[in-house]
Amino acid sequence: MSTNGHLTAKDYRTDQEVRWCPGCGDYAILAAMQSFMPELGIARENTVFVSGIGCAARFPYYMNTYGMHSIHGRAPAIATGLATTRPDLSVWVATGDGDALSIGGNHLIHALRRNVNFKILLFNNRIYGLTKGQYSPTSELGKVTKSTPMGSLDWPFNPLSLAIGAEATFVARAIDTDKAGMTAVLRDAAEHRGSAFVEIFQNCPIFNDDAFAFVRDDKEGVNRVPLRDGEPITWGAGGEKALRQRSDGSIEICRADDEGVLVHDAHHEGAALAFALSRVTQESHGGTPVGVFRDVERPVYDDLMAGQLAAATEKFGEGDLGALLHSGETWEIG
Amino acid sequence: MAKPVEQLSQVIVRFAGDSGDGMQLTGSQFTSETALLGNDISTLPDFPAEIRAPAGSLPGVSGFQVHFADFDILTPGDAPNVLVAMNPAALKTNIKDLPKGGTLIVNSDAFNERNLQKAGYATNPLEDESLGEFQVHSVPLTSLTVGALKGIEGVTPREAERSKNMFALGLMSWLYGRPIEPTIEFLEEKFAKRPEIAAANVKALQAGYAFGETTESFAVTYEIKPAKLTPGTYRNITGNQALSLGLVAASRLSKLPLFLGAYPITPASAILEELAGYKNFGVRTFQAEDEIAAAGAAVGAAFGGSLGVTTSAGPGVVLKAETIGLAIMLELPLVICDIQRAGPSTGMPTKPEQGDLLMVLFGRNSESPVPVVAPRSPSDCFDAAIEACRIALKYRTPVYLLSDAYLANGSEPWLLPDVESLPDISTTFATEPNDGDEFLPYLRDEQTLARPWAVPGTPGLEHRIGGLEKADRTGNISYDPDNHDLMTRLRAQKVAGIASDIPELEVDDPDGDARVLVLGWGGTYGPIAAACRRVRTGGRAVAHAHLRHLNPFPRNTGEVLRRYDKVLVPEMNLGQLLKLVRAEFLVDAVGYNRVSGIPLRSAEVADAIEAMVDQ
Repeated sequence: MSTNGHLTAKDYRTDQEVRWCPGCGDYAILAAMQSFMPELGIARENTVFVSGIGCAARFPYYMNTYGMHSIHGRAPAIATGLATTRPDLSVWVATGDGDALSIGGNHLIHALRRNVNFKILLFNNRIYGLTKGQYSPTSELGKVTKSTPMGSLDWPFNPLSLAIGAEATFVARAIDTDKAGMTAVLRDAAEHRGSAFVEIFQNCPIFNDDAFAFVRDDKEGVNRVPLRDGEPITWGAGGEKALRQRSDGSIEICRADDEGVLVHDAHHEGAALAFALSRVTQESHGGTPVGVFRDVERPVYDDLMAGQLAAATEKFGEGDLGALLHSGETWEIG
Repeated sequence: MAKPVEQLSQVIVRFAGDSGDGMQLTGSQFTSETALLGNDISTLPDFPAEIRAPAGSLPGVSGFQVHFADFDILTPGDAPNVLVAMNPAALKTNIKDLPKGGTLIVNSDAFNERNLQKAGYATNPLEDESLGEFQVHSVPLTSLTVGALKGIEGVTPREAERSKNMFALGLMSWLYGRPIEPTIEFLEEKFAKRPEIAAANVKALQAGYAFGETTESFAVTYEIKPAKLTPGTYRNITGNQALSLGLVAASRLSKLPLFLGAYPITPASAILEELAGYKNFGVRTFQAEDEIAAAGAAVGAAFGGSLGVTTSAGPGVVLKAETIGLAIMLELPLVICDIQRAGPSTGMPTKPEQGDLLMVLFGRNSESPVPVVAPRSPSDCFDAAIEACRIALKYRTPVYLLSDAYLANGSEPWLLPDVESLPDISTTFATEPNDGDEFLPYLRDEQTLARPWAVPGTPGLEHRIGGLEKADRTGNISYDPDNHDLMTRLRAQKVAGIASDIPELEVDDPDGDARVLVLGWGGTYGPIAAACRRVRTGGRAVAHAHLRHLNPFPRNTGEVLRRYDKVLVPEMNLGQLLKLVRAEFLVDAVGYNRVSGIPLRSAEVADAIEAMVDQ
């Protein structure tokens, strides 16, 4: 019996006790995911969550679908094998900034360039939580942690710039506490054929509290820059601020009524605009774009592979084992 | 006038030349011609890791050895009877293997000052006394070839010169009465798009053959009668080809689609390349970004219900350890093929060794047992691959298939199996709850201790698995001390229990009176079996047992070992199986160990056996 049909968030809960710290942003993401899944109309048994290691990686245990909690950093590789052999499944990867960008950085970029048909949710809290508070690849330079008493020396990754540079076809950002915004982004991600990369700003109240306070607590919208496809990019308490592109391609702040305000085009074929938008940060511009940065179509790895199998079968016929063994130069001994 | 024909029982020919001289092609064509005559054959290429080392240099020498006989042979031979050396470097690197009185055919044109210098010869060995103990045939192969090809339009002098390997092949074909027609057909097909090159190569081949007939340099030709082999259809096959076909067969026999995750590495790459050609068999090959992803993707495919396989050599396998640990915890089928090569780190990529046995058994954190299967010959890689898949599927476990560079690149005639005779290794997926209306992913089969395999897409069986310790039956995360002890023991018992599902260890002891047992494993079967024949021919008794399953051992292994006064364990490592049998069975076995990057020499193994028998 298929479980497709009238499901609710409750159907996606498991009997496992959720073991994140009180106040962790992961609770909000889990709740949003559980209430969003039913509206996708995908049978529960056809949904799979794959994760690596870290706080975020506990996610599959709490989703009543198929799931695998695997190895640190390797979820994109494992999910590639699953998605490539099972195009009928909806495959999701739940990962964190250490998992995806440090130990698993190589798998992430290669999965994205291949455009494997799965959705990657990067829970970015800019810290290592499960190992109790070391700096991560997204921690700001000079971050003082237990492993960096005098401040970290590493320049951080910008996850969206990295994903766009890795040829990702869908790149978006959401905020853990913004259920409506996150659901909209997840919906677009789910509808995207190919790899979808979603960075979710997620608060770690224990080791890096308020790292994203500037947007999480931004009730007036003075810091969030909402990206709406086909609309001018404006923000601020009264919508008075806007973005426009300089002649060198970089992005500057202007007034909403200035000429040349940038109209968002997530489907623009070139990656330059999305990349320029990914460089707009709170530190550099005083605003943080949220929403879908890039959403373009490109052949999907699984489809291409299935296509080759079909083409080979068309050309040579369904493989015959006996004939295969007897191929090449054979001789008889009487 | 036809020259006299001399009968020989067996011949070992080694072709050696520069990497660019086409020695692999020459050797494999000589093999094809020989196969058609019904001789038994065993071949071994020996090539440098460098694709094109500097021309004429010692590291650039590439060789191919063919052993053919009128009886069933076991190895490519310790040393050649005939060495074909295309340049001074080839002579320098190979002459030490040619026994006194051996036949040496050299391309005298290549022995110019520059090449002699590159090979480190102060004087021309063709002109001094240094080759006095060999039967030297100094043939100007290059100029004879260029001369023969004059008048073929569209062939440059350089291209004409490059056909000299076919001249050499023609000469050797004449010398040993091999038909050249198959090679003519092969050349015409290979160079179909450049008919002038095909014509040049065919002409060179024919010219070499005719040269043999007319020159006074060779007084006799040789005949080697067909071997008495089991009747049937044969093809010549390398270990890597056989292993690839075995995986395709296992996919068919298990009715599961094959997924291969691999990263290019010598000497395993040929399996990835071979399987990439079988897409109409539903085979998916994934060239991953690294060894870790290759293994990970195979586990992901296995979770989804495919036959997941990953292939590599030691330096890549070491990176896969964490994934294999995960597969042990997930209790999902996975086959890891380790085509062993010599040395730690990068070592000697193209050379064989048996140095990975202890790594595949123990190279993981904690208690993490993995079954191990090791093929004994190139064609046996086919059956061993099916056996590894069978165990993986039946017991839901990762399984190691331990081949090596010797088996991978070596070839022998393969008696093609009847597809109907291959084992049924099909398995079943869970489709229904197994505990009332609940599904318990770690509720085990009582007999095999395997857990149910429920693939995504199966309604009602949604479950989560992972690398954290599992509670018995439910598979939920558990830190309970007794549960961890239980699960650790269950995983060990499951693998140990496979012993009841594999054949007993057979002993080859023709007269039944041997007091010395030689115990080998995997790719050393040929040299050890040949050594035992030699020892028996010399009037001594020796028994030989060869392990195919290294974990668990066959259930009678201890009993077999204790039957003999002395046990010799020859290995291409420093004594890894030796450690295991001593620890496991408290048997005072002795090792014979060579780690020279070349296959064991049967003559040397025979010496070691004789010394033990005579003790």
